[in-house]
Amino acid sequence: RMAAKKKRRKEREALGDEAPPKAIPKTIENQRVYDETTVDPNDEEVAFDEATDEFAPYFNRQTVPKILITTSDRPRGRTVRFCEQLSTVIPNSHVYYRRGLALKRIIPQCIARDFTDLIVINEDRKIPNGLVLSHLPDGPTAHFRMSSVRLRKEIKRKGKEPTEHVPEVILNNFTTRLGHSVGRMFASLFPHDPQFIGRQVATFHNQRDYIFFRFHRYIFKSEKKVGIQELGPRFTLKLRSLQKGTFDSKFGEYEWIHKRREMDTSRRKFHL
Amino acid sequence: MAPAVPAVAEAAAISYCQRQSRPGLRPDPPSAASSTRQASTSTWGGGVLPPFPFILASLLPRTKTQNFCRNEYNLTGLCNRSSCPLANSQYATIREEKGRCYLYMKTIERAAFPRRLWERVLLSKNYEKALEEIDENLIYWPRFIRHKCKQRFTKITQYLIRIRKLTLKRQRKLVPLRRKIERREKRREEKALIAAQLDNAIEKELLERLKQDTYGDIYNFPIHAFDKALQQQDAESESESDAEKEEDDDEDMDKREFVEADDSDLSDFEDMDKLETSSEEEQEEEEEVEKKAPRSKSKGKTPLKGPARRKRPYIEIEYEEETEPATKTKAA
Repeated sequence: RMAAKKKRRKEREALGDEAPPKAIPKTIENQRVYDETTVDPNDEEVAFDEATDEFAPYFNRQTVPKILITTSDRPRGRTVRFCEQLSTVIPNSHVYYRRGLALKRIIPQCIARDFTDLIVINEDRKIPNGLVLSHLPDGPTAHFRMSSVRLRKEIKRKGKEPTEHVPEVILNNFTTRLGHSVGRMFASLFPHDPQFIGRQVATFHNQRDYIFFRFHRYIFKSEKKVGIQELGPRFTLKLRSLQKGTFDSKFGEYEWIHKRREMDTSRRKFHL
Repeated sequence: MAPAVPAVAEAAAISYCQRQSRPGLRPDPPSAASSTRQASTSTWGGGVLPPFPFILASLLPRTKTQNFCRNEYNLTGLCNRSSCPLANSQYATIREEKGRCYLYMKTIERAAFPRRLWERVLLSKNYEKALEEIDENLIYWPRFIRHKCKQRFTKITQYLIRIRKLTLKRQRKLVPLRRKIERREKRREEKALIAAQLDNAIEKELLERLKQDTYGDIYNFPIHAFDKALQQQDAESESESDAEKEEDDDEDMDKREFVEADDSDLSDFEDMDKLETSSEEEQEEEEEVEKKAPRSKSKGKTPLKGPARRKRPYIEIEYEEETEPATKTKAA
C-alpha cells in the first residue's frame, strides 16, 4: 500500500497543475448510513412538535429550571465529589442524599416542591457509571451509561473553579429526531439566559452516539482566535433508553431502547 | 382360647401397625428411644464402624473452632454426635419449602425403608400454633431434639418475615457486564473522542456565535465590525444610502484595499457566507462603523500604518490599545 501511495504522489507531482483534485478521505462520519429521522432545519412537523412537547414551557421561558441531583444508595467518595462538582456546573441545582428512598416516592415530592429535573447518578464499584435524567412534570426520562468521568482535580488545567454565572450551552451534532429530543433535554437543564460575563460554556458534543460533556471558560483573544480553558468535570454519556413519562422501569412507555442485537450491527449507523 | 389368642395377637398386631403408620402419637417410652440410639451403633458391631462422623473427613466443612454438617436434614448445622441425622436413628428437623415449614421425623422402625424414612408434617402458619404442633408431634422425644426443633423453627419464621419485607422494598438488579461489549464500547468511545476534536469544535462554535453577535456589545473588536461593514459593502453595491454611510464609504475606500489583502490571508471564509445571509446585523454594523470612524480619526495614525499593515495579517495592535484594558479586566 505504501508503494501505491508513493506512485500516486509521483503521478500527481508529475502532472503538476493538471492533477485531479485530492480525494476526500473517507471517515465514518462521511460514510454514515443515512438516518431517515434526520431533522431538516426547515422541517415544519418537527418545529410544531417541539413547540408542543414537554419542553415548550421551558423554551417559552415560563419555567426556570430547578434540578435535583442524587445518587444511588450509599454513594462512595468519588461519586459524592462528582455530584458536588456537577451541582456547581449546573446553576440552581441541589444535591440530596438518597438514603434508600424509592424513586417512585421521590418523584411526587419533587414535583410538589417545584423541581423541573431530576438527575440520578448510579454508582458501581465506587465509580459513577450511569445517569438517569428525568424531566419532572411528566417529562421524558433518559437513561445513560456514563464513562470516563474525570473530576476537576484530575483534569490538567490551571483554572479556578466555576463561578456562579449561568453558563452558555453548546449542543453539537444532534441531528436525528432522537438526538433532537435528547439535546433539548440537556438544554432545559440550564437557565435560558446565559450570563456572558461569566464566559463559561458547557458543551454537549455528540459524536458517533457518544455524548461528550465538557465545561470550559473562554476568552476571545482576538476576533479570530478564542482560547478555552477546561474547568469542571468531564464525562461521556451513551444513551441507553428514552422513556416517555417519568421514571418507571416496569410500566413505562419506552420511546427508544438500545437493542444491541439490532442496533450494533453496522459500524456506520448511529442513532443520535 | 385358641381363637381368642390370635384375635388378641391380631389386635395387637393391627394396633401396632396402626400405631406405626399414624403420624401423630408415638407412645414409646424414653428408655426405648435411648436403646434404639444405642442399637444403631450396636447393630453395626464394634470395630467395623468408622469413627464419627460417618463421612470422609475431606468432605466435612471445617473451621478452626467448629465442624459443620452439610446434611440437609441436620437440625443445628454443626457436626456433632447428637445432631447428626446419620448417626441418630430417631431424629427430627424443621425444613421450609416455598415459605411453609415442615417438621421432618425419622424413627428407627422405618430404618429399613429408606423411601418412607422421613415423615413430614405441615406446620400451621400461626407461630404459636405451630409450636404446639411441634410439641404434640415430638412428645416423649428427647429434650435436645425438641428444643432445637423449636429454635430452628423460630429462626426460619424470622427470616421468612424478613424476605417478605425486603421484596416490598427496592431491589437492586444486577446486570451482567459482557466483556467483549465493554471493550468494544471503550474502544469506540476513544475513537469517537479523537474524531470529535472537541477543542476545535468548541472554538469554532464560539467564534460563530461571536460573528452572529450573540454577545452583543461586550466584545468590541473593531476589525470585526470593519470586516462586516466591508462585506456588506461588497455584497450590496447599492446600500440604503444614508448620509453617514457615505462618509464612512470614503474611509472604507482607503482602507479597503489593504484590508482585503489581509482578508485573503485569513482562512475563515465562513464569515463571508454567514454575513451575507444574516440581515439583522446591518443596523448594528452601521452603529459600530460610526463608532469606529471617530476613534480612528482621533488617533490619526491609520494612514501611516497602511503599508506596514499589509505585511501583517492581524491589524490588532493599534486598535486594541483602547480595548485592551477591558479585555484584561475580564481575564483577571
